[in-house]
Amino acid sequence: MTINKTQNGDQLVVALEGRLDTTTAPELEADLKSSVDGITRLEFDFSSLEYISSAGLRVLLSAQKVMNKQGEMVIKNANEDIMDIFDVTGFVDILTIE
Amino acid sequence: MVKTDELTIEAAVDRLDDVLEFVDRNLEEAECPPKVQIQIDVAVEEIFVNIANYAYTPKTGDARIVLSIAESAPEVSITFFDRGIPYNPLAKEDPDVTLSAEERKIGGLGIFMVKKSMDVTEYQYKEGQNVFTMRKGFASA
Repeated sequence: MTINKTQNGDQLVVALEGRLDTTTAPELEADLKSSVDGITRLEFDFSSLEYISSAGLRVLLSAQKVMNKQGEMVIKNANEDIMDIFDVTGFVDILTIE
Repeated sequence: MVKTDELTIEAAVDRLDDVLEFVDRNLEEAECPPKVQIQIDVAVEEIFVNIANYAYTPKTGDARIVLSIAESAPEVSITFFDRGIPYNPLAKEDPDVTLSAEERKIGGLGIFMVKKSMDVTEYQYKEGQNVFTMRKGFASA
């Protein structure tokens, strides 16, 4: 998985490429921990994300909890397979998906 | 005709890629549609990682994975065997997927995703082994 970050003031865009699974989720978690301080809008670009497992969902849920306190979090360009996973797990109601 | 393949591998999280490679190779040969393949990958990851994290703790051990594909009415069946502590993942209560982010616990979703994405899931403890089977039918791509 590749993590590409673009920060503009207090707005951060995180574009993920590849698979967000048990092996790669800890990497994203650590990365976010060190980069969301002071961020008021966190945007995930999933256009090149192929796959997400429950380990990936856990990271998104903790990021959402953090962002609920300090601003907003948005998911963009999730593919159909990832949307199915969000659906089944009720994440469609928790996350803001555009 | 039923085609069967199997893999015996150390139950360790860093072997996940090898497990998925084994599963994907067989599914691709059977012309399983990519969408179904992703659902199966998600389920395989959950089950294998569970075994890797809990079955033999603090020691390590092997997992044996038997995959069979019935060709006539395409269906894939994957069975995981391990000799770790008896554990029935299906006994775990389903998470409440209607709760808000604040109310949600981190985790507990893995086995639920497996149940939702597979047609059949079964667990048995037999001859000192955990035996977990999941099956899913698909229309050929």
